[in-house]
Order: sequence, then C-alpha cells, then structure tokens
Amino acid sequence: MAKKTPLSREFVKGLWDENPVLISLLGLCPTLAVTNSAINGIAMGLATTFVVVSSSVIIASLRKLIPHQVRIASYIVVIATFVTVADRFLAAFTPEISKALGPYVPLIVVNCLILGRQEAFSSKNNPGRSFLDALGMGTGFLLVLFVLGGIREILGSGTFLNLTVLGDWFAPWMVMILPPGAFLTLGLLIALSNWINERRVNA
Amino acid sequence: MNTSAKMILVLTLITMLSGGLLSSWDGFTAPKIEQYRLEQLRLAIGDVLPTHDDYDKVQADGMTFYVGKDSNSTVGVAFQAVGNGFQGEIRMMVGMTPDFTEITGLSVLEQIETPGLGTKIVEDPTNKSDPHWFTNQFEGVQPEPKIVALKNQKPSDDNEIQAITGATISSKAVVDILNTTIDNAKKIYNSNKEQVS
Repeated sequence: MAKKTPLSREFVKGLWDENPVLISLLGLCPTLAVTNSAINGIAMGLATTFVVVSSSVIIASLRKLIPHQVRIASYIVVIATFVTVADRFLAAFTPEISKALGPYVPLIVVNCLILGRQEAFSSKNNPGRSFLDALGMGTGFLLVLFVLGGIREILGSGTFLNLTVLGDWFAPWMVMILPPGAFLTLGLLIALSNWINERRVNA
Repeated sequence: MNTSAKMILVLTLITMLSGGLLSSWDGFTAPKIEQYRLEQLRLAIGDVLPTHDDYDKVQADGMTFYVGKDSNSTVGVAFQAVGNGFQGEIRMMVGMTPDFTEITGLSVLEQIETPGLGTKIVEDPTNKSDPHWFTNQFEGVQPEPKIVALKNQKPSDDNEIQAITGATISSKAVVDILNTTIDNAKKIYNSNKEQVS
C-alpha cells in the first residue's frame, strides 16, 4: 500500500499534514530549548535534518539485514554515529553556534522524531523513499524551529537573525527568550495550525 | 545461520563501521576544535593583561599562569578562575598586576547562565553604549580584603562592583569565584616566584 503513494507525497507530507512538531508533537525538547533565536532554530533544524536523512538512508539500505530483535539497538548506533559527526562538525566550523546549542546537539540522539521515522518508515521502505520521507520530516522540523525562534527573537530581543528590527522604543519581552516564552509560542502555533486544518476540512 | 549468530554479526558490523567513521572524522575535526580553543584563550589573555610583548606559560601546583612581559619587566599575570554559577560552571580569565593588588581585566570564557539575565555577565544587549559593562567594571578593582557586589547602588570603594539587576546570583557567583581563586593564585604564585619570574 505504501508503494502506491506518489514520491512527491513522501516529501510534502512532513511539511504540514504530518509535521513532526505541529501534528505529531515529536522532538519537543530541542524545539522548546534552543529556539531563543532564529539562527539557533536554523542550526538545530539543519543538524536534525542531516541526522534523520543520513540515518534513514543507511537503515533503509540495511533493513533486510538487521534482525528484528536488535533493530532498536542498531538504529540507535547509526543515529548516534551521525549525531556525533554533526556535533563535531559544528564545534569545528561554527564554534559560536555550537556553544549556543550546548548539550542539545548530542541530545539529538534521543529525539523521538528520528527513531520514530526509522521504526515507522525506513524499516519498511526502500532507501529512495526513506530519503524523501526523512528530508520532508527534517524540513518540516526546520521550518517550525525557524518560525518559533524568529517570533521569540523578535519579541524577546527586538532582533531578527541578530539584526535590530525593532527600534529603541521597544522594551524586549524578556519572558519570550526564557523557557515560558517557548511554551507560549509553541502553544499558539499549534492552535493556529489546528484552526487552519479545521477550516480546510469544513470548507 | 541461527538468529543469535546473525544478531551478533550484524551489531558487530554496524558498530565497527560506526567506530571507523567516527575515528577518521575525529582526526579531521579535532585539530580545528583545538585551534579554536587556543585562539579563544590567546584572545582572552590579550584582553585581560595590560599591553605586553609576549607571555610565558608557567605551571605550578595545579594552576597555569600566563605571565605577560614587555622588554624588561613583568607587567601582569593572567590565570583561569572556575566555579559554580547559577546553573553550571562559569570559567573566566583574570588578569592582575604582578603583585596581585589590582585586577587589570576580566573575560568570561564559558558559562551557561539564564539567557537574557545571567548571560549579562558576558554581554548586556540592553546597554547599547557599553554592553560589556559588567566585566569592564572589574578593571582597577582591588580585591583586598575581598571584592563585594552591591545591589542597586553605585560602587564607591576600590573593592566594590555593581551587581546585575535580575541576576544577583550570577553576579555574586562571579565575585565569589574571583575572591577564592585570587586568594589561592596569589599564594601559589608567591611561593613559586623564583620559577615564575
């Protein structure tokens, strides 16, 4: 049955209809923790996309080889390998971002969005489809983190991508870059996406 | 082939590939990470010491001193001060005159304080004219008998600094770390003076 889904659909579904954050509510720990600025959101989104895409392709290629009993252990080893690659890469080439993301890069290992895709998709589909599926999911994750980080940065620091967008008249809402701001903004974003989906169904 | 053997074989294979990939990747990235760390350290030493031509690295009793020199004399001593902040470790570079009576500069190397509040010990975006006012005010501070952080009050004595509004714990943590470390560093430096100078 999965074979009949058009290829483009495998990619597009992650952007909205099955968006990992807005619809499945997966990977919320990094979503809430690192989005105090747009640039952090982008960096975390890219790192996660890299890990989910690479792991999905490898696991889909090995899916017939891995015995059912040790599949989770195998997935975790593959995911942890790519997370370490991403973590060392950020530390070597973008040390400032690596500092800002702190422990959340290594913690991508336990992001259930990634393990979820392996269990639900890559273990049953060929590498090509798994690549598109993972790329869609990663991009959907990246977009939400970017929007969330952007909103929190504008309201909490008066800047966007480190450029001042709101003048001196604006007193930053400190709460937006603190943890409560993450919950407030994410809650409103999820409400907004549900509202749009409801209207689409009723229309 | 029975299942157990297959399980062992597959897991061994995957972990071996993973190990191989990571060790070659580490060989590629580790030198760059180390280079960045040294560069940060060198910048911080340059920041906290008064004008100097060169510095010597001296190790004694578990502490590392960076002794800044110009053509004929020692102009200052820099060392790291580490301790607990509000949420985690704060790591700083402190510069002092060679007799340890006056701080010549302070720079925060690592911290994980609360964003927007405690992070003002590094940079305060709300103070546009002097975002580094917190660390800058330590210049010229005399840590005898000890440094004191004042709340909502301008410092008047040589051993006083102003705490950050809303981040009193972070400000006090910095001061406490400095008081302990400077005391300790002074003893070690003085008892190893021959070796150092």
